Amino acid sequence: MEQFLQQLTNGLAVGGIYALIALGYTMVYGVMKLINFAHGDLFTYGGYLGMTILGSLLLGDRLGAVGGVLVLAFLVMAAVAAMGVALERAAYRPLRDAPRLSAVVSALGASIFLQNALMLVYGARVQVYPESILPDAAIRFGGVYIPLIRIIVVATSVVMMLALYLFVQKTKIGTAIRAAAIDQGAARLMGIDVNRVITIVFVIGPALGGAAGLLVGLNYGQVNFTMGWIYGMKAFTAAILGGIGNIPGAMVGGLLLGVIEALAAAYLSVSWKDAFAFCVLILILIVRPTGLLGERVAEKV
Amino acid sequence: MSTILEVRNATKHFGGLTAVSDVSFDVPEGSIVGLIGPNGAGKTTTFNLITGNYKADLGTIRFQGKELVGMRTHKIVQLGIARTFQNIRLFQQLTAVENVLAGRHCRTKGGLLGAMLRTPGARREEEAAVERAISELAFVNLGDRSLELAKNLATDPKLVILDEPAGGMNEQETDDLVELIWKIQERGVTVLLIEHDMSLVMRVCEQIVVLEYGERIAAGSPSEVQNDPKVIEAYLGTEEV
Amino acid sequence: MSRKLLVGYLVAAAILAVSPFMMDAYELDVLNSVGLYALLALSLNLILGDAGLFNMGHAAFYAVGAYTAAILNTRFEIPILWALPICGLAAALFAALVARPVIHLRGDYLLIVTIGMGEIVRIALVNDVFGLTGGANGIFGIARPEIFGHRVKTPVDFFVLIWGAVAVTVFLFHRLEQSRFGRALNYLREDPVAAEGSGVNTARYKLVAFALGAGWAGMAGAIYAGKMRTISPESFNFWESVVLFLIVILGGAGSIPGVLLGSFLVVALPEMFRGFATARMLVFGLVMMVMMVVRREGLLPIRTVRFRTKDVKRAEAAPKDVKGAEVAR
Repeated sequence: MEQFLQQLTNGLAVGGIYALIALGYTMVYGVMKLINFAHGDLFTYGGYLGMTILGSLLLGDRLGAVGGVLVLAFLVMAAVAAMGVALERAAYRPLRDAPRLSAVVSALGASIFLQNALMLVYGARVQVYPESILPDAAIRFGGVYIPLIRIIVVATSVVMMLALYLFVQKTKIGTAIRAAAIDQGAARLMGIDVNRVITIVFVIGPALGGAAGLLVGLNYGQVNFTMGWIYGMKAFTAAILGGIGNIPGAMVGGLLLGVIEALAAAYLSVSWKDAFAFCVLILILIVRPTGLLGERVAEKV
Repeated sequence: MSTILEVRNATKHFGGLTAVSDVSFDVPEGSIVGLIGPNGAGKTTTFNLITGNYKADLGTIRFQGKELVGMRTHKIVQLGIARTFQNIRLFQQLTAVENVLAGRHCRTKGGLLGAMLRTPGARREEEAAVERAISELAFVNLGDRSLELAKNLATDPKLVILDEPAGGMNEQETDDLVELIWKIQERGVTVLLIEHDMSLVMRVCEQIVVLEYGERIAAGSPSEVQNDPKVIEAYLGTEEV
Repeated sequence: MSRKLLVGYLVAAAILAVSPFMMDAYELDVLNSVGLYALLALSLNLILGDAGLFNMGHAAFYAVGAYTAAILNTRFEIPILWALPICGLAAALFAALVARPVIHLRGDYLLIVTIGMGEIVRIALVNDVFGLTGGANGIFGIARPEIFGHRVKTPVDFFVLIWGAVAVTVFLFHRLEQSRFGRALNYLREDPVAAEGSGVNTARYKLVAFALGAGWAGMAGAIYAGKMRTISPESFNFWESVVLFLIVILGGAGSIPGVLLGSFLVVALPEMFRGFATARMLVFGLVMMVMMVVRREGLLPIRTVRFRTKDVKRAEAAPKDVKGAEVAR
């Protein structure tokens, strides 16, 4: 039982990360029907930028744990959001009217470019986070061990997801995003500035992804330049699992995938852990491609 | 005259919407039958049920005695039904002859090995197919719609289903179309068509079936249908008392 | 085949024929690499370029072929070139099995599934599935191929073997292009609904395209195994699939000469700028983004006349009043 609870908490933490990244995929796909292959790399940049800022600005010393983390998070999210907007302008906007495949290739190109730019700057080896800005505490109950950072990860993910959900449901801009996701043409006819919506999506999505990268860096104390690929693929699986284009779906999918993966690794086999996520992906696409919460769309002939 | 196509109680739901409801009609062999009705009446959906693009939820559709419901579209084409699409569907990057050759695909059998080794049999089949494609192109000769129709005729169909063939045509082009439909009938091919252009429908169709809101509301000869109050109401709204 | 294309091939063949005498061992090895990638890219071109199926897991088929050759050779002492057809068959069967449940998926979903499949294969290889694959270290000690007793071991030997295979492939695939089979794949690519509505069994052709492309990649994998003598899962990772995908797209999807040119540029050019390892990847990514905006149909897109001259002449003699439609390009 303790083993189960332990894995559950591990899974929720990882799942929260997947969910944050998945939101980026799903929002972009919803509005543009495009899989942003470079999203995982933005996530990676979050981790690396966090490390650099943490190391150079000595936020912990100047602002204390809470202040430091908040400022750190803000800076990282802003930076990655800016990158996201630049990415959209450079790689996707010129291809708005092009066939899907071109956008896929451009996305891949952007991903390759970003990944290698990172490698040029930081080198290929694993990079370690400077001394943690947060205290090294943990909670223990039953036989379950939960480090503080993990609680923060889960709490942060949940708070951000809730904030996003409220934003999308209750604000005018949020409604505009939902409208554009349903039918871009109709939204445009309704007077919605679709370009602005897209820019906003590329601010929010990457910001969340960057935050996720920072959380991963803080949680594991290190980053490496391939983490975008692994986390990205799994987050994408989570987005599909919940129903691509569906925002609550991405949240549910992320948490669910994290938990299933943790339990599978514990009870089945650790070395197949990554393959497991891919199997889930393929199974979902075969059995229920619209995902758990997705909607059926009939194709008119 | 025997019946080449028999539609009985065809029904199709899309979620909560019933697009086609309990529709039945016969298409006599060698005739020209028109399917008309206001927009959204379920005409194209009915065609899609016949050609297997959608699967009927209820009812049967029999072509020369064979049940079509549940059959894959390419098999239905092989049986002898060819259809055109409302928004013309062509193979954009391919040449005109290649487009029409698509119709010969199900009537030829050259495979992988024959292609790679270029056996005499494969070569002969190719030449014959190209000949046929070119002659169909000459036969149809109708502008934009030529390719799709020529391709359909290349499949050696017994029944062609045309979805708004006169869409966007002017008077001269429509006249050419009428001539063409008669020429197709002369070849022994049955024609079933959807059309909004009433003058064309009245000129060319021997039988007409009328749909409204997914249901059949009338059927018969052009003059019968023209004078049917239900049909008039469907197109023009309720009659003033 | 158009006259221009034929001349192009003859010129390229002439240049290739003198290459072994003009190049040192290293350069020849790069050329051999180009040849292997060309074989693979041509096989992917069947799936992606001709049939229009988004496949970004092609390395998996390559791996199945290579590992089959390696296992047959190291455990059962079957010579590489004898194992070639078995490797092709194994890869083809694998592809048919794996593609069957997902073949109906829409474009970008299929893309994702193929990526997943490629990764699962790689992870399975690393985990020494069935105890046959040697885990992360792979399989070593594979014998060199032998043709009529002559051991293929120098770069020149491999040059002849590999580029001979490329020549045969180009020849056969061009024939496929101009056949009923090739056209069926093209119909599938252009508009699957219209293809099915014309009487083409689209489901079957999708599977056959996958199987044929995979089978060819499997055979290339066998040659690769015989050349490297050691194979490991890392040679068949996602990145390899991406490279092949890019060669096809950048060269011109569906165009055999385009794919050949793409193979050369993608493999040989970076070698020429060896000093700038990471920077060249950077450039690669940039090129991809720029090309999609500037020339998305690829470097040598499909433009060749696809009929033999006498058929074209007859088509042009047919009634000219087919409005708005080109009879034959």
